[in-house]
Amino acid sequence: MDFSRISRRHLLQGSAALTLGTAFGARSAAAADTTIGFIYVGSRDDYGYNQAHAQGAAALKKMPGLKVVEEEKVPETDAVEKTIESMINLDGASLLFPTSFGYYNPHMIKMANKFPKLHFEHCGGLWSDKDPKNAGSYFGYIDEAQYISGIVAGYSTKSGKLGFVAAKPIPQVLRNINAFTLGAKLANPKATTQVIFTGDWSMPVKEAEATNSLIDQGVDVLTCHVDGPKTMVENAARRGAMVCGYHVNQSPLAPKAYLTGAEWNWEALYPKFVKMIAAGEAIPNFYRGGLKEEIVKCSPYGEAVSAEARKHADDIKAKLTAGTYTIFKGPIMDNKGKAVITAGTDRGQKDPELEKMDYLVEGVIGATS
Amino acid sequence: MADGTIGLWTVPLAVFGGAIRVSTPFLFVSLGECITERSGRINLGLEGTLVMGAMSAYGISYLTGSPWLGVLAAGVTGSLLGALHAGICSLPRVNDIAVGIALMLFGTGLAFYLGKPLIEPTAARLPAIDFGWWSDIAQVRAALRINVLFLIGIALAPVLYWAFRTTRWGLLIRTAGESSDAARAMGYSVLAIRLRATMVGGFLAGIGGSFLSLFYPGSWNEGLSSGQGVTAVALVIFARWDPMLCMWASLAFGGAAALGPALQSVGVTSGYHLFNAAPYILTLAIMIITCSPKRTLTGAPAELSITR
Repeated sequence: MDFSRISRRHLLQGSAALTLGTAFGARSAAAADTTIGFIYVGSRDDYGYNQAHAQGAAALKKMPGLKVVEEEKVPETDAVEKTIESMINLDGASLLFPTSFGYYNPHMIKMANKFPKLHFEHCGGLWSDKDPKNAGSYFGYIDEAQYISGIVAGYSTKSGKLGFVAAKPIPQVLRNINAFTLGAKLANPKATTQVIFTGDWSMPVKEAEATNSLIDQGVDVLTCHVDGPKTMVENAARRGAMVCGYHVNQSPLAPKAYLTGAEWNWEALYPKFVKMIAAGEAIPNFYRGGLKEEIVKCSPYGEAVSAEARKHADDIKAKLTAGTYTIFKGPIMDNKGKAVITAGTDRGQKDPELEKMDYLVEGVIGATS
Repeated sequence: MADGTIGLWTVPLAVFGGAIRVSTPFLFVSLGECITERSGRINLGLEGTLVMGAMSAYGISYLTGSPWLGVLAAGVTGSLLGALHAGICSLPRVNDIAVGIALMLFGTGLAFYLGKPLIEPTAARLPAIDFGWWSDIAQVRAALRINVLFLIGIALAPVLYWAFRTTRWGLLIRTAGESSDAARAMGYSVLAIRLRATMVGGFLAGIGGSFLSLFYPGSWNEGLSSGQGVTAVALVIFARWDPMLCMWASLAFGGAAALGPALQSVGVTSGYHLFNAAPYILTLAIMIITCSPKRTLTGAPAELSITR
């Protein structure tokens, strides 16, 4: 690639865009006719992580005066910087959503420094005081929805064995596994969760093999944390097991086997962000929330969910929505018998300790390494 | 056993079931590539063919409701891509490996582009034959739900072995692969033989792709192949261009792919990355054991070369 030519072209376009930006004023432009750029790491109809963001983008498209530009399958490399620059310079985007974890540092940070008048909102990053003020990171405590899934799974399992197909043992994934298990133990104290790590975010054959192995071990309710839950949902349903979804609602794939699921609620959050910018309010640079803040939600219950399970799950859901319930409440033991949260310690939703999670709670069969 | 669990027996059963479930794409691609390479040409583009086959099979099955038409469409798509490879390689001073790499990227890119609207819908799947009726263990019954494509692939290996040795066509392909001068002296067009061999190879690879999207894992998405086509091409070298060895190697790779998840499911959790890498470690080990600096690889067609 001829770098010097690109940068000259971008320089010209960039200065043109800046002139326009100053002429109309960044804020009034945001209210009248704003272009918003969405960048996805994978395909936007993957029944998973990227589709959840695309649903949020679709909610913005319905709002008047907004134009949404999207680009799929942008790798977590310099490529994302080029995409951001072209969205700004060619499409006139003034608000950008690079949605994949690896876009944040250094790529998005670099772009936010380069275009200080524009807004950058990143999903999953950890914004700190050193990062530019026009950049922000948002994420949801989806473990709250996984906890509800766990309760429903605990009531629905006949064998008491639950299965979890996971990609990698990183804190976010471990937190989901642990919340799911703690929820299940609320319903059935003897329930166990068998976890299988496939090693990467999208490995359809491995995910199918993991699903089959779990069911061979007697697991009858499965959930997952991979980029595209479609493989797990379809293969589990074919073997007659029940499933809890992840990322988006997968019930159309397996209407009979689908119990509930932990979903992102970006279609509620993104319009909120845009309204905040239009009203001249600053979006907090570090934005987090769960069921209460409407950043995550639960799929509607499937027909196989018993009345007892619905009642218990609804009850906890109401408490979480009211903000009066703590999932990680001591004493909690890990599955090696060590106390990881001591009695009397409440680790609330926003506790930074939880973002460093490196253990599996008692009741999980599996290891982090 | 009373509670429906089979404990540690899961591991051998999963490896056995995995050999049946996962091996079919390897089997078809490696047998197809075996035919192509025996004629003296390497088609590295079969990864693209596999993905295109998976996409077109899913699309046709979804549009027509018939998975078998999907399999046929995958085969036809595969042979067209094979014809394209052979056509370009027929031009003077064209390197077949470079063309193969180009077609690998072309095939996967085109499949992702055309396959966009196919990620969400659910297409009709290929049926499975229940060979586990005699067992009352659910896990055994599940492992023995076998797709007919697997059986065709298993039957194809000895047929090819026989055909290479005893039929006129087999002899022609081998002649083109061992000495193009000899084939020419006999009055045959080497390019025409290689064109057909590459088309048949593409046809089989396309069918291998249809198994991925229509049977196991059983839906179309962009991560579906994750390199299985490339692995299968390497597998042909590993199997010394012998169809029967291709079959055994495919089964071993299928079983090895199931090993990692199965061990985790019975509680062997340390080093799962290592177990996931089992197929590749196996390849390396066999390559090292069988290689010798004193001779060329036994069974390698003499016309296969990277310097042409």
